This record gives sequence, C-alpha cells and structure tokens, in this order.
Amino acid sequence: MTILIDNKSYTVKAGKNLLEACLTLGLDLPYFCWHPAMGSVGACRQCAVKVFKDENDTKGRLVMSCMETVTEGLRLSIEDKTAKAFREQVIEWLMTNHPHDCPVCDEGGACHLQDMTVMTGHDYRRYNFKKRTYTNQYLGPLINHEMNRCIQCYRCVRYYRDYAGGDDLNVFAAHNHVYFGREKDGVLQSPFSGNLSEVCPTGVFTDKTLKEHYTRKWDLTMAPSVCNHCSVGCNTIAAERYGELRCMLNRYNGDVNGYFLCDRGRFGYEFVNSENRIKQALIRNRTNEAATEDEIMEHLQPLISVNKLVGIGSPRASLESNFALMQLVGKENFYQGISEDEAHLNRLVVEMLFSGCVHSASLKDIEQADAVLVMGEDIWNTAPMLALAVRQAVVKTAASQASQEIKIPVWLDSAIKELTQEEKGFLATLTVTTSPVDDIATHSWHAAPDDLARLGFAIASYLQPGKINNTNFSEELLNRAKTIGDALKKAKNPVVITGISCYNDNVIKAAFDVAVALSTSDRKTGFCCVMTECNSMGLAMMEAPSFSVANENIKTNGHATAVILENDIYKHVTSNLADEFFNSCDHVIALDALHNATTEKAQVLLPAATFADGDGTLVNNEGRAQRFFQVIPNTTSQVQESWRWLRKLQSLKLHTLNGHALHPDDLLREMEIALPQFKDIASVSLKHDFTIHGEKIPRAPHRYSGRTAILANKNVSEPKPFNDEDSPLSFTMEGYKGTPPSGVVPFFWSPGWNSVQSVNKYQDETNGALRGGNPGLLLFKEKIDNKDLFFNDVPESFVAAKDRWLLLPKLDALGSGELSSYSAALKTLSPQPFAIMSPGSLLALEAKEGDMLQIMDAGIVYGSLPVKADENLCDGVVLVTAGLRESIGMSWGARVQIGK
Amino acid sequence: MFSHIRTIWLTFLHLFKRHVTIQYPEEKIKLRPRWRGRIVLTKDPDGGERCVGCYLCAVACPVDCIALQATEDENGRRYPEFFRINFSRCIFCGYCEDACPTYAIQLIPDFEMAEYNRQNLVFEKEDLLINSQGKYPGYNFYKVAGMNAGVKEKGEGENEDAPVDIHSLMP
Ligand code: SF4
Ligand code: SF4
Ligand code: SF4
Ligand code: SF4
Ligand code: FES
Repeated sequence: MTILIDNKSYTVKAGKNLLEACLTLGLDLPYFCWHPAMGSVGACRQCAVKVFKDENDTKGRLVMSCMETVTEGLRLSIEDKTAKAFREQVIEWLMTNHPHDCPVCDEGGACHLQDMTVMTGHDYRRYNFKKRTYTNQYLGPLINHEMNRCIQCYRCVRYYRDYAGGDDLNVFAAHNHVYFGREKDGVLQSPFSGNLSEVCPTGVFTDKTLKEHYTRKWDLTMAPSVCNHCSVGCNTIAAERYGELRCMLNRYNGDVNGYFLCDRGRFGYEFVNSENRIKQALIRNRTNEAATEDEIMEHLQPLISVNKLVGIGSPRASLESNFALMQLVGKENFYQGISEDEAHLNRLVVEMLFSGCVHSASLKDIEQADAVLVMGEDIWNTAPMLALAVRQAVVKTAASQASQEIKIPVWLDSAIKELTQEEKGFLATLTVTTSPVDDIATHSWHAAPDDLARLGFAIASYLQPGKINNTNFSEELLNRAKTIGDALKKAKNPVVITGISCYNDNVIKAAFDVAVALSTSDRKTGFCCVMTECNSMGLAMMEAPSFSVANENIKTNGHATAVILENDIYKHVTSNLADEFFNSCDHVIALDALHNATTEKAQVLLPAATFADGDGTLVNNEGRAQRFFQVIPNTTSQVQESWRWLRKLQSLKLHTLNGHALHPDDLLREMEIALPQFKDIASVSLKHDFTIHGEKIPRAPHRYSGRTAILANKNVSEPKPFNDEDSPLSFTMEGYKGTPPSGVVPFFWSPGWNSVQSVNKYQDETNGALRGGNPGLLLFKEKIDNKDLFFNDVPESFVAAKDRWLLLPKLDALGSGELSSYSAALKTLSPQPFAIMSPGSLLALEAKEGDMLQIMDAGIVYGSLPVKADENLCDGVVLVTAGLRESIGMSWGARVQIGK
Repeated sequence: MFSHIRTIWLTFLHLFKRHVTIQYPEEKIKLRPRWRGRIVLTKDPDGGERCVGCYLCAVACPVDCIALQATEDENGRRYPEFFRINFSRCIFCGYCEDACPTYAIQLIPDFEMAEYNRQNLVFEKEDLLINSQGKYPGYNFYKVAGMNAGVKEKGEGENEDAPVDIHSLMP
C-alpha cells in the first residue's frame, strides 16, 4: 500500500495502524499507551497526526495515529503545525503533575517520557500551581514503586493483567488521580512482574535490584547474552559497571522471548556477584591452597599426562566448554553429568527432533498457535516464558477469530477485548497437579504420568485410528481423548508441549505421537519439550553416556582423574551415587563458578566464568543454538571460561603450545568435524575477527562516562582497554556507530530514543524480526513427509501402592534454578523445601498437612520435609520441591518409601 | 623606521602605566566568583550532602574525568558512595556544574592545585566535599523533588498537594 506522509510517498504493509507504519518507516512519532505487544487503546492522545481527505484538503483533521488503519493513498502529516502543537500540549499537561525527579529517578537516561518530551519540544513549565502527589507501596524485593511519576498510560495494568494474567495489580480511584498499584502493600505475585520496569514508560516501576548498585544506562557496558536459568533460552542484555554485573535487560528476539523475560531470568543474575563465587584457583590439601595459574599447570602436568581422565560434562555449561572437555578426555571418556533417567529422556527428545517428523516449535510459534496441548509439564514453573507464550496463544486465538469475523484489526486492543470477553482459544493442560496455566485452560486434567501418557496415546489413536495397537482405553479416557482430539483437529497451527519433569518417557512419547498424528499437509503442528537446564539440549545432542555409566566404569576400572565441568553432581544424582563416584576417583579436578557440594570434593578447583565473564553457545529446548558474549572485562582475576581452562590443560597433556585455537568459533569449527550432528554450528555467530569497516562493535554507549577516572585511584595513567579477541565486540565506546548485525546487538539505542522502546528502530516491522533476521541457529529441521517415528508402547494405568510412592519434582518459577537461587532477591521469594501429597495418600500414611515426612529410597534418607496436601494430586504420588538452593539430587520417577 | 620609533615610544609610555604583573605568590590575584577553578562538592542548607549521585556531571564531562557510584541511605536518599575526579584530566570547562541539577558540584575561584606527582591530582569525595553551600545558597533539591527521601514527606514539598486519597471518588 502507498501512503503519503508529509507529501512523500511510502510503501507500507496493509493492516497496520498509522503509528506502526510511521515507526516501521523509521519516522519519529511520540506515543505512550501503545505498546507493540499489546496494541492500541488510544488513551494518551500523544500520537496525534493530521490526516487529509485529498490533495485539496488543507485543513485536515487530527487523529490518533495508533487508532487508524492505513488505507491506500492515505495522506497524513506528522510535521503539521497543529498536530505538533497538540502533541506538545499533551506532554505539557502530563508535566503539570510530573515530579522534579529525573536526577534521582532510575528511569532517567532510559526514560520514554524524557525522550517523548524532548521529541515534542516541550521544555518550559508554564503551570504555576501545585502538583498532585501519591504515596508509594511496597511491592516486594524485585520492583520499586514511585507513583508520583505516573502519566496514566495504563500500560502497566494492561501488561500485568491482560498480557501476563496477573490479578494483584490494578488501577484504583478515579478521574485525575487514578492510582496504579496493589490493593495493599505486598509482593507482586506474578513471576513476570519484572517486565513492568520495561513496560512502564516512566520511573513508577523500576528494577529494585539495580537500585542496590544503580547505574545509568549510558554508563553500562552491555553485551548480548542468553538467559541461563531454564531451557527456553530467552535473549538478554547483560550489563556491567565497575566489574560487577548490574542488571539484565530484555533483548528482543522475535522468535524467542519478544519483549519480555520472566523474573527468574531478569533477577537471577545476582549469583554472578555473589559471595559464593569461586574467584581463585585452589590446590587443596596443602598449606597455601590458593594457587597461581602456573602453579596449577605445574601441579596438573603429571596428573593429566599419566592418569586416565574421565570428563563429566554439564547441562549448564556452554557447548564450547563441554566440547573442550570431550577433546581433553577423549570421546569415550566423556559423560553427561546427569542421571541416567534424565539422560534417557533427553536422548529420546533428541531422537524425536532429529527424526524431523515434527516441527520444533519456537516461542513465537507457540504464541501464534490456535490450539495448545500441554502434557505432563508444569510449564509455569519449569519454563515461565513458555507459559506466557501459551497465554498469548489462547488469548490471541480468540482475538484473531473475532477480528476476522467482524473485520476489526487485531491491534485494536480494547475493542477486541470487549468483543471476545472471556472467550479463549483451546488449551488443554494434562498435568500431575494444578498450575496457574489451568486458569486459562479449556480442559484440564490431573493424573499420574502414566495415565497422562495413556490419554495422550488415546488422543493420538483418535486422531489417526489404527496406528496404536492397544485400544484398551476406558470409556472416560476415550471421551476425553475425543474432546481434545476434536479441538486439536480443528486447529490450523496446534502445538503440543511436554517436558521431562514427569520423568516418564511415555508422557513424552505420547505427546510426540499426538504431534505426529496432527501433522498433516494442511496443518502446521509444533512440538516442544521442556528440558531442565539452559544447555540440556546441547549436551544431549553430544550423545554421551550418563553420569551413572561413568560411575559404573570408574568403579570397575578404577584409577582415574575426574574432570568435572560446571556441575554440582549432588544436585543431579543421589548423594550415595555421587559419594561412590568421588570415592573411586583418584583425583578430582573441578571447574565451576559457584562453590557447591561437588567443588568441595575437588583437589584442584578452577574458577570458571559465568555467562557474564565469558563467551559461549547454548542450545535451547527448541534446538536453537545461541551465542552469549562476555560483558565483564577480565583483567586481573583468574576467572576464565571453562573451555579456555580445558584447552590449556589439553596443551599441557599433548605438550603443544599454549594459546592456539582459543577462540570460541574455532572450537565450534572443530566441533563440526568431531560431531557431525552439530553441522554449521560455527555459523551460530560472527567470526571473532569480524569488523565493519575495520571497526569493532562497541559494548559501551557513546556517552559512557568516567573513562579517565574509574581506575585513577589505582593508577592515574589509564590502562589500555581490555581487548576482546573472541568476538566482534569491543569493551569500549569507540567503534562502529551504525546498527550492528542482529546477533551482536549489545543494546538498543537510537538518536532520540534512549529507552527500551528504541527496539522499534531495530525491527523489520512492528513485532517483526530484528533487521537481518532473528539471531540463533536452528539445529533441527523438519522433514516434511517423514512420519516414520511413532511410539506404540502404551503403559498400564498407574496404580497407587500402599508403601511405595512415585517421587516427582515440584519446581518453582522463582525459587528453582541452581544458579539463580544464589540471587539474593529471588532467594527471599523462594519457598522452603516441602513435599506435596494427596489427602488420600496422607490418610494412608496416617499423616496430616504440616507433618514432617522422611523420604527414603534404597537406603538413602533424604531428610525430613513438611508436607502439604493437594487434592488435585492423585493418590500414590509425592511431589518434592526441586531446584531450590537447598534441594539435592533425588531419584525422580522412582517409587520411594515414606516414613514419618 | 617610523614604526620602530613608534613601538619604542609606546613601550616607553608603559613605564608610567599601572603595572599588571603581580608578585605572586606573595600577592594573591583577585578572582571573580564565577571563575572556573577547583571543583568542590557542596552541602545543602540543612548540611546534607547535595550530590544525589545522578551521574549527569560525569556524562557531561568531555574528558570523562568524573566517576562515581550512587548509593542510598535508609530513607532512600541518594548520595555518592564514592566520587572521584581526576584533575590531571580536568579541563575546567564547567560543564559538570552546568549539568548538575542540585548545585552540588561547583567550580570555585581557586587554581592552586599544582602537584609534583600526578597521582595526587586524583581527588576522592573526602577531598572534594566542603562544608558550605558554595555559590548557590538556599537550594535543597529534595524539597522540590517529588520523592520522600527523609527530607520531606510526600505532599509537603514546595508546590505539592497532599497525597491523593485513593478511596475518594470526589472530583
Ligand atoms: S519518569 Fe522520566 S521524566 Fe519522570 S522523573 Fe523519571 S526520568 Fe524523569
Ligand atoms: S504506572 Fe507507568 S505504566 Fe502504569 S499508567 Fe503509570 S506511567 Fe503508565
Ligand atoms: S528463566 Fe527461562 S523463561 Fe525465564 S527468562 Fe530465563 S530462559 Fe526465559
Ligand atoms: S551532577 Fe551534581 S548531583 Fe549529579 S552526580 Fe554530579 S555532582 Fe552529584
Ligand atoms: S499511543 Fe496513540 S493514543 Fe496513546
């Protein structure tokens, strides 16, 4: 479509509103209440433009650009005098009550209101009367509230309630003194509350953890990063100042997390600065344990050259580090540092996705699905952003149906809401117990994993009769299968989500079968399996045996030095298994970032980099390899990426020169050759020596301050800036000033756009891909017409036993996460460990809610836990909190004994 | 030729003019109050630190010789945890003073800062903070800001209405 803006003609996409069209064209137009993810409500009147009937119309009329659809030949003016005056006037009105807070406001320097004020040209207060004030609320340890700064754009409640489904934030009072907050002081309940700090265009809601060590955006050194706290792999911006990680910001990726992060991802960063960090290499059992790198090398030389090495990889270490370990110890001595049960499930998932029978769904695919089936996984707690995506799918399906029926554009938010009311798209949640996602589900059912699997197989069998032999399903199950199957059949883009946290392969197989049965030529079906850690998929794809196998081997063969990569074995397997392993090892070398039970066992401990002090690549559950970049320059400490340590050890072992092939992309290139399943992995990001016109991409904004004073207390002559040889990014403010390639965007900024809203300058179109494509390399390709893989092993119904209880993990959206649990703010919101059982089970145990229960398995006693009753849980199952700081490895999926 | 004689004559006349050279350091030069010399951090009328750690001076500084870290006291009042100026880089342009929204940072008429050792030109907050309001007496940022940082309650600032009663529906 062609439209005329200020008498210049432009081509725009049909269906957009004028504001979106203008922003997509790169034109500056102020706005407040419109948000790309939430559409328009026309509340703030900030986006006014003039629209003219035809070329003879000189008067025109003022319209809100966010409320008008583009039409062929439309004439509009942004520069029109009246429109400009109107926009300036709107800001002036807002400013009559705005506090004189910028210097002490955390939004300052990244404030949409500041930007828009400058954009409209309003600069002088003419209003001489008093300002309205509000009292603030305590909203918990994550979000700070300063209500005076509010401009009543309603974005916060629209995000919190409509988009994220929270219900404890609302708008109170009336007319010119509406109040945005909670009914009374208290912690915000939604695990997506952190996004308020980016959604709110002012400093009302700000990141409270950043406040602890506040830094302006212009002073942050920033780097593209990937969230470490679950398998979804949301894209983040890690931000540093004075050698400390200061905050995490969202990094838009149209295929993954879009504009938002969950609170675990946003606030889980504090572990990087935690007291528990390992910063010093240690050689234990000597008087002075602290060791220099040379001492370490000297000490390890004989150990490494003579002994047999066994490498224990990690689902939270980068591909590079796992691969470097595999190279060091040899492929046959490399093991995944996870339990056999988990490894088995992961293998299954890799097999499924490699088969190409299903399309591995991205978060974006899930958001756009018109029917969703969740099987077995408590996605709200194991992959929060996935739950948010499912919510969008459900809400938007109703919206898009409505918009097609009566032809109103999807972005017309309030009209759509009015029309759809409570109507929702199809979502079936088949899980072990209730989850907040159930609130929006059309159909929820809670049962033991085997029964969930049976229902899954029944659905698959209903969708494709004859494919499953066993048809011994109960009437009730068949009815349920029919209801769900019918709804899925009607969908054009259904998605099936499952996960490994049921520790039951049948659940995953059943979910897969449903997805395969649904994939027909006219239906694009997505399949998504949640895993446990940020690189669980990457490690699984390396196809190494599990820790249990390592233990067996070392027990039989004896005499080995174990090299343990960023892994707390005690969190993955039961303590007796871990103890057994450590007792059979001659020596233990551990690399990790945080002290834990495993690093205690190490005779040699090497300080490993976190995502913030190192480079690496992670593969998310979709099979998307994503590169993260170092953000804390490392000048003095021994901390370095595990792959770098391991490479040095390898040179030691092979007596080769140190320092060759030390770039992450070189490692990945070697990986392509050694492990063909990682084809093209080196192209996940740009080469380390990539430059644009000879310039690197600066991590620091051009306004970065304090360059000649930061270190002046140590030495008045500034040191040379830290040189990054591993990536196209530099640690300074000098370098290429244009828009960097999409995978290496260290921060979003554009002239006049200092806030996060500047992301619109980096997108192809509103809500579209980043210019140059969304970053990430997909490792699984769907093979159309290949539907070979299909599972037929329907399990028997679950039978509760009198003295044996099925042990399953209960994760927590904020508290779970091996690393994030070391973040102070999240720790305060984390529950204490507990167990959950059905009232029936409690009756059988003659226990009541609140009693301390002892869980025992094969002679190990896991300690006492208070028990909670849950009537949605079936009898015979016990759920135990997992992933918390206190949590230990348990035999998930096993039948355990319980004593009082 | 003529010009030479004229020059000599003019020079000769200077013998009878008031001389401008002063016998520094015995005799001190008189500097105007707005003369841009040594940088100080001032205090507000209540004796509190004026600097609110907003980082504006640091970002305005063309040679980037100011570094600080903001922190807060128990009332939420911001102040710099450390505040460092590397005077060996400072060009005394006064941009920091211009940028400062609280009149905290001021350039004062004093230039006697010479040091033999360059390292001694790095000043910390303790070296910069003076017990005076400097050139702009009377201004207390937290009285005009909206925040309650222990200086005034919400609504008690200059030009502020009492906090909104959110239970009221009255216009
Ligand atoms: S919200 Fe923006 S304009 Fe308002 S005080 Fe904060 S920084 Fe200033
Ligand atoms: S609190 Fe922020 S997001 Fe909410 S209405 Fe006010 S300015 Fe808008
Ligand atoms: S924890 Fe998971 S869902 Fe949350 S931001 Fe990180 S990757 Fe995304
Ligand atoms: S501009 Fe003023 S208030 Fe802000 S940091 Fe500098 S001295 Fe402090
Ligand atoms: S953005 Fe258009 S009216 Fe608010």
